[in-house]
Amino acid sequence: MEHPPVLDFATDFDHTDDAWVADPYPIMEDLRDRCPVAHSERYGGMWAPMTHATVSAIANDTEHFTSRTIIINNGRPGDEAPPAPIGVAPPISSDPPFHELARRLLLPAFAPRPVNALEGFSRELCNRLLDDMGDADVINASLQYTQHIPVGLIAKMVGLPPEDGDLFRSFVHEIIEAVDLPVEERIARFAPIEAYIIKLIEDHRENPADDLITYLLNAEIAGQKLLDEHVFGTIILLIIAGIDTTWSAIGASLWHLAHNPDDLARLVAHPELIPSAIEEFLRAYAPVTMARLVKDDFEFEGCPMKKDDWILLSFPAANRDPEFFENADQVLIDREVNRHAAFGLGIHRCLGSNLARLEMVVAIEEFITRFPKFELADPSAVTFSQGQVRGPRSLPIRILERA
Amino acid sequence: MKIHLDTSKCQGHGRCYSLAPELFDCDDLGTAVVIVTGELDDDQLKKATLAASNCPEFAIVIGD
Repeated sequence: MEHPPVLDFATDFDHTDDAWVADPYPIMEDLRDRCPVAHSERYGGMWAPMTHATVSAIANDTEHFTSRTIIINNGRPGDEAPPAPIGVAPPISSDPPFHELARRLLLPAFAPRPVNALEGFSRELCNRLLDDMGDADVINASLQYTQHIPVGLIAKMVGLPPEDGDLFRSFVHEIIEAVDLPVEERIARFAPIEAYIIKLIEDHRENPADDLITYLLNAEIAGQKLLDEHVFGTIILLIIAGIDTTWSAIGASLWHLAHNPDDLARLVAHPELIPSAIEEFLRAYAPVTMARLVKDDFEFEGCPMKKDDWILLSFPAANRDPEFFENADQVLIDREVNRHAAFGLGIHRCLGSNLARLEMVVAIEEFITRFPKFELADPSAVTFSQGQVRGPRSLPIRILERA
Repeated sequence: MKIHLDTSKCQGHGRCYSLAPELFDCDDLGTAVVIVTGELDDDQLKKATLAASNCPEFAIVIGD
């Protein structure tokens, strides 16, 4: 099922449209000026706020908006959709008060200290990938580098076979990219993913290990073991949320450096700028857009929202709002004031943000140390993903200088 | 001038303790904790202001 091309994003918004996938930023800017909350009848009805103020208001309003479903697709969320408060993938799909209980279970594993302990592992992984590139002049940074880094880290933390990386990326594709398929086909395509996760859980029940799956199997909320669907949903979340998101963020950073030689030279000369550069790449190229559902009929900013309408919660749009950021359209790697919303706002702040930052800093440090000069081998060959996670999926880079 | 942290607003983005680790730390959940609770000297004030102006949730206020 293919949607027709969008003629006017203000009234017929579609984030899977080719124009949006190719370059969403001018569209965001145009909408902010004339229609800050865009609308569409697609996907059964959706709204797309484009300003920081409206994105922030909705992210912080759990009374009128639910996280029960967070990926917009053709399945109109009705009685069949998993109910709040747990939802399909807790805690991202959970509402208060259950949300906090599910989130507290996971927060300690993703807090700075345990995550930073993975720095050495991350550096080894990046260097192995760089070694594997040999002395080729042109490499595909997305396929040979950025896609493997989050898989390696998530596999280690969660307890997944790292050699199944291709399989996880195919899961990611089915769940968050193939959103425009008929519902029946989406359900059919989910069956092998379900079978894989169930097998994974059985394996961990028989052979406990020092990983998050074993932790979830032993965890309790109010003295009760977690429901099977809770464990299942959280494993799905950890696989889906941790892979293509960071893959996208690292890829977008390298893409920027590959066509902004001054910024690349500056980071090579002043690696102490890397953390602020990473924050700026997160702001300017925020990979993740979330979604909410309207709980009940509700008027928001003059928009007559109906129960179960989708909300596309574009943190990338919030991050480019000139009302909120000075020089919002410029990428300034030494930006001092940067309250970006790349990891969301409010109670659903990305659980893996510390891990994502570690991966980004290490991946960029190791790449530019090994290759202090590089450029896009063919700018027209760079492709971006479609859907709610945006990042380069093919990124041919020509190496101009090696360490 | 002192650091005022509204822990009900803090969501654990971690910007403050990354930018000013001498003023902020975090607990086991990643929520920010203020280390320097008293009056700030000039250097500390600069760092605290930087941390406050990078908090996505506006959870930090520098004031009396």
